[in-house]
Amino acid sequence: MAQATTTAAPATAAGRKVKFIITRRERPDASPFTEEFEVPYRPNMNVISALMEIQRNPVKANGEKTAPVCWESNCLEEVCGACSMVINGKPRQACSALIDKLEQPIRLEPMATFPVVRDLVINRERMFNALKKVKAWIPIDGTYDLGPGPRMAESKRQWAYELSKCMTCGVCLEACPNVNDRNSFIGPASISQVRLFNAHPTGEMNKHERLEALMEEGGIEGCGNSQNCVRSCPKGIPLTTSIAAMNKDTTKQLFKQWLGM
Amino acid sequence: MAKGNSYLPRKLHSLLGVIPLGLFIIEHALTNYSAYEGGREGFSDSIDFLNSVPLVFWLELFVIWLPILFHGVYGLYIAYQSNINTGRFSYGRNWAFALQRITGVITFIFVAWHFYETRFQITLGNVSHEELGQHMNGIVSDPLVLTAYIIGVIAATFHFSNGLWAFFVSWGITVGPRAQKVSSNICMVIFVILSALFLLSLFAFRGDEFATAAAAALSSVSIG
Ligand code: HEM
Ligand code: SF4
Ligand code: FES
Repeated sequence: MAQATTTAAPATAAGRKVKFIITRRERPDASPFTEEFEVPYRPNMNVISALMEIQRNPVKANGEKTAPVCWESNCLEEVCGACSMVINGKPRQACSALIDKLEQPIRLEPMATFPVVRDLVINRERMFNALKKVKAWIPIDGTYDLGPGPRMAESKRQWAYELSKCMTCGVCLEACPNVNDRNSFIGPASISQVRLFNAHPTGEMNKHERLEALMEEGGIEGCGNSQNCVRSCPKGIPLTTSIAAMNKDTTKQLFKQWLGM
Repeated sequence: MAKGNSYLPRKLHSLLGVIPLGLFIIEHALTNYSAYEGGREGFSDSIDFLNSVPLVFWLELFVIWLPILFHGVYGLYIAYQSNINTGRFSYGRNWAFALQRITGVITFIFVAWHFYETRFQITLGNVSHEELGQHMNGIVSDPLVLTAYIIGVIAATFHFSNGLWAFFVSWGITVGPRAQKVSSNICMVIFVILSALFLLSLFAFRGDEFATAAAAALSSVSIG
């Protein structure tokens, strides 16, 4: 059996196989089942290239033919978030999951916190709805030219850039014990986006609207401080710091509302 | 899923956990500790002091029973709304998250039982304030009951101490990782101190000093 130790394996590593156990579903409402695959090893391969191999030759480890495994991917460089799945128990991007660094058999599952469409394909619509709900944009449209906005200090821009790296991949929601179908919690990603857009000199002008959105049903109070999100985010976004900072701002907003300010 | 806005009730739940319930648990630990420090005399002085507080019934109602009822019942609902995923994410804080919920449920059961055994018996007139010391002696002399008390007490103190840590985050007082780390250390010291106070008083109540003829009336095994 192939071992995950050799990094500079020769391209002629003929016969070496990579073993996969994949959780599949035929339709959104169908019950899940697993299938095993053995894919010929190639140096530097990642989970996506292995899935492409299965797509090319959809034969299970026991030699039976099966339907090709479905997945989503786009950028192949960990910036779009489309290929997120649970790999060996942890949610992450398949395109940056190198086979050489994974223990085998490699277990692939969909991030089932989200509705599963088919096999490894999930529907992340709730994340985009969350961004709409918190107004994660900067309104600059008007009926006349509003002129240039205030400038942002370079140091602040660099700081904000870190928060802007979020690719809506959904890993933090998958890791969160409070994102489930008994709970309406919006999830960590969009809370951090409120911090980002509220830090922008123009975005700041609509600060209260975003904070108020976090103070609605399923908003920021749904956070229970498990802090799995910050440990899981592939972009290293300081999610728990963002959540605590927004806790502070929503608390201030609450007192402002009470005092009628 | 509840309709309406969960923000305010959730904030109230968080606030009540510290004020007044957190203050109460500290007061309770100190009162009981007087049984260890001052023995029978010390404990009954503390009880007398508490009962001399004006409007003590209304204070108990508004500062203890109603807050604990709201925080406890809503807390059970919050616990129901959470998954426990420490199997996949075995990080310290995720364990604390799970334990916060587990100890909440234990505290709920423990407080209900402890209330029934003590405060409710006083209301029924079965036990007087003066007899509370002997009464506790009777209760904790049974090793099984003592074990249950130790579990209940440690669960409650962990729940409060870790909850205090979460409270500081929930209100935006500790924001960055360093502040949260420092507050976590402080809260764990609080956990150790509070647990020690309660455990010492539990063992003090087992002492001969609290055992009198009155205790014999209770069906309990008195050892040592
Ligand atoms: C009676 C049964 C109780 C239950 C079922 C219960 C349940 C809970 C739960 C589930 C949480 C977690 C909330 C979250 O992190 O999102 C919590 C938080 C908390 N609890 Fe309790 N609790 C109980 C009693 C108490 C008592 C007696 C105290 C005080 C001594 C207390 C103090 C706290 C504190 C300080 C928090 C943190 C609040 C925050 O997250 O901001 N609880 N409780
Ligand atoms: S915050 Fe991180 S884990 Fe969450 S969606 Fe954005 S990139 Fe993914
Ligand atoms: S394909 Fe874009 S993150 Fe993996």
